[in-house]
Amino acid sequence: MSPAEENAVRTSARNGWLLSAPALVLLALAAAGPLLIVAVYSFLSPGQYGNVVWDFSLEGWRSILYTKDIFSEEYLLADAHLTIFWRSVWLALTTTVITFLVGFPTAWFIATRPAASRPIWLFLITIPFWTNLLIRTFAINEIIRTEGLLNQLLLGLGLIGEPLQILYTDTAVLIGMTYVYLPLMVLPLFAAIDRFDMRLLEAGYDLYAGRWQVLRRVILPIVRPGIVAGSILVFVPALGAYVTPRVLGGGKNMMIGNFIELQFGQGRNWPLGAALSMTLLLIVTTALLFYVRSMNRDGGEGGNG
Amino acid sequence: MKKPLAIIALLMASTGLANAEGVLQLYNWGNYTSPELLAKFEAETGIKVTVTDYDSNDTALAKIEAGGHGFDLVVPSANYVLIFAEKGLIQELDLSKIPNHKNIAPEWMNVEYDPGRKWSIPWQWGTTGIGVNTKVYSGDINTSAIWLDPPPELQGKVNVTPEMNDVIALATMYAGGEPCSEDPEILKKVRDLLVAAKPHWMSMDYGMEDKMATGDVPASVYWNGAIMRARLKNPDIAYGYPKEGYIVWMDQVTLLKDAQNVEEAYKFLNFIADPENAAMISAFARYANGIAGSDAFMPEDMKGAPEIVVPEELKAAGHFLPACSPKAQEYITAIWTELQK
Amino acid sequence: MAERRFVTSRLPGFATVAILAFVALYLPIFTLVSFSFNGGRAVNQWEGFSLHWYGVAWANTAVQDATIRSLFIAVMAALISTLVATMAAVGTTRRRRFTGQTFIYAMINQPLMVPEIVTAVALLIFFAAIKVATGYQGLGYLILAHSAFCVPFAYLPIRARLEGMDLSLETAAADLYATPWHTFRRITLPLMAPGIIAGAMLAFVISLDDVVITEFVKSGGQDTLPTYMLGQLRRGVTPEVNAISTMLLGLTVVMLTAFFLLTRNRD
Repeated sequence: MSPAEENAVRTSARNGWLLSAPALVLLALAAAGPLLIVAVYSFLSPGQYGNVVWDFSLEGWRSILYTKDIFSEEYLLADAHLTIFWRSVWLALTTTVITFLVGFPTAWFIATRPAASRPIWLFLITIPFWTNLLIRTFAINEIIRTEGLLNQLLLGLGLIGEPLQILYTDTAVLIGMTYVYLPLMVLPLFAAIDRFDMRLLEAGYDLYAGRWQVLRRVILPIVRPGIVAGSILVFVPALGAYVTPRVLGGGKNMMIGNFIELQFGQGRNWPLGAALSMTLLLIVTTALLFYVRSMNRDGGEGGNG
Repeated sequence: MKKPLAIIALLMASTGLANAEGVLQLYNWGNYTSPELLAKFEAETGIKVTVTDYDSNDTALAKIEAGGHGFDLVVPSANYVLIFAEKGLIQELDLSKIPNHKNIAPEWMNVEYDPGRKWSIPWQWGTTGIGVNTKVYSGDINTSAIWLDPPPELQGKVNVTPEMNDVIALATMYAGGEPCSEDPEILKKVRDLLVAAKPHWMSMDYGMEDKMATGDVPASVYWNGAIMRARLKNPDIAYGYPKEGYIVWMDQVTLLKDAQNVEEAYKFLNFIADPENAAMISAFARYANGIAGSDAFMPEDMKGAPEIVVPEELKAAGHFLPACSPKAQEYITAIWTELQK
Repeated sequence: MAERRFVTSRLPGFATVAILAFVALYLPIFTLVSFSFNGGRAVNQWEGFSLHWYGVAWANTAVQDATIRSLFIAVMAALISTLVATMAAVGTTRRRRFTGQTFIYAMINQPLMVPEIVTAVALLIFFAAIKVATGYQGLGYLILAHSAFCVPFAYLPIRARLEGMDLSLETAAADLYATPWHTFRRITLPLMAPGIIAGAMLAFVISLDDVVITEFVKSGGQDTLPTYMLGQLRRGVTPEVNAISTMLLGLTVVMLTAFFLLTRNRD
């Protein structure tokens, strides 16, 4: 590397840091920094009525996997905790897949409208989200309940013989989460598709590729950053979802978010809540880094000058 | 250009203003404070009350303990008064500044968590029992068997309110124990009871006032005031007091140690201990208050309502929820986690 | 930008799915708008047309204050987070990889990785200490907290847009002796615009919906619409929130229509 090149690299890195600095300061102050408190709390003892006592303890971490049996006083694998973790991951993954299956065609549809009307469609996606999450969830509740619009429609069309019990099931939670997180998938996808050069499609078809091949070989690789961004934006908040499982799932089964909230609230075990949060953070960080690395390795280089 | 800036400045300063004279910061449960009551208070004293909502005792406790909240008065439930006092978050009241203190009903004067009412002034009290649609189920409603061992016509249709301490306490009493029990035999029974009953439940949710009134939910573990509001819309709804044990609770107003508007706070405490004003509190949220003589000012439909007047023979089954020991709390959380996994 | 070719960009079934998605998005909205005109007190039983709940909402200053406060915080948070996210996106994409890039990426996405309740408790403890030390209890804390957790929502669409964006125009501008700032303003920024708009809209919507963090950070008299509703959840939600939501929707539609008409005339 010549000195001039080296210099250019250094300037580029310095500018990268400088430009990111305001975001980093903001996050260090109001998101990541205070999280250190949580990390510290996970090594303390629970106070009698919530909060913590400043005594070092690993009990919070141990309780994630092992719980003391009420009756035999021996430590057993905490299958309740694992069940809750597993259900959350499964629901969040399924939600991500469904939002992608619905969101990709929607984003494509918007991106292929005439330039003048595109922003209108884009706003149409977000307008429903100007209403409060709780109100929206209640409205979905109204639609899928036994005497709701959906059942009446399906009955009217003769598709079903008797009303479906959708409310208070995992299906209801999935419907609700798909609804809530759809824009988080559509908007990044749109941003990626919108800069997609439609001439590439022609080139593909000229080379006698079928529609499916064009979709798989031409479109998907290029809009991949959008898919990754959308999936992260949907998966992670879905993993910590709180309101939807409570209102549409009937609140009978917890997800991780509800479980952690329980420890900080009525459960009065802040160290366990803190340790659970750190565990979740570690899992998601690992998955994300893996994701980012694989993206940078193949295909992601396109934009790097 | 000036106007938006002025609005921003006003919004940013909104709490700065609140420390000026003639204001009061009340931290209370959501949808629990009668706007008419506040309007009357302001008209009489010139003090403007700002209400900020919370939705659980634990949230309120965590926020107040952290400090820098800016509140003057908070309304904890019975067992939490002790916790607030023990942590030094509330101050003992100067009763000479509350002449209406004498109006507190005798049965609410010497409660175990605040003998002589030196720390708190009653706001409202109620019970946690069972609401039933008598069109769907016509048997005995004064039993927890309705939700712990549902009759065939209610199976798969019961709602249980997602209040951990209330639900476990009700189940413990049904199993023959005391709330906050640490007896492993009892707790084992409680766990098995709940786990066996759960498949018969439809949901664990709030909002039963509407869902019971419309008939969507035929039975629910719930609060008396909400069930009464449901009955006023649908006469088929009835409220049951489980004879195995039900929960009596009370929320009361306490004065925070770092309150900035102490004089205003005393005026408010005295104001709500007046029978006519206490009746306004009840008329809004539909729960009884602990002030003697307020009956005369109560709305007609609340006088002698079966949800408020506890039947004589069931009075003994009512229990206050004590503040559980850390050990008992650990058991309760473990059972709850097992139940909701 | 590429010209749209009418046949090649069509994928079978996509339009149908998209239209169905839009219908599904608006179905619940339609329900809540119609129930805001319900005469009865129940949330879920139709009892005839009435403007009753609009009257109730109009008289309820607590709800109005909460709504205005929510909108104000959301606008501020969207502005701040989009600004810093745009800068960070420019700083972390389309340049040679540098040490710490992964760290920056992880920092920016950090708010996404933690359930809200955790950030909420952490912020409660941290901000309470500052509140006690400085005596300032204003809306600044809420705006700061909202801006922070909105950053990843603004950043990801902008980054997705920037990645692989054609460099040739910028190189051409530089070749024509345009200053870097000029190139950025005239070339890069307009090209990034869809990503920035998408990011800002996401940030706005996310801020508007936040409950848990707001509940823990707010000081006296700082209820937002979501925390107001959370407080009502236990005791039952009154239909006046439907009326408020409908008015908010109406306002949105009017504002957006005005925005489009104005921008169209200018072009």
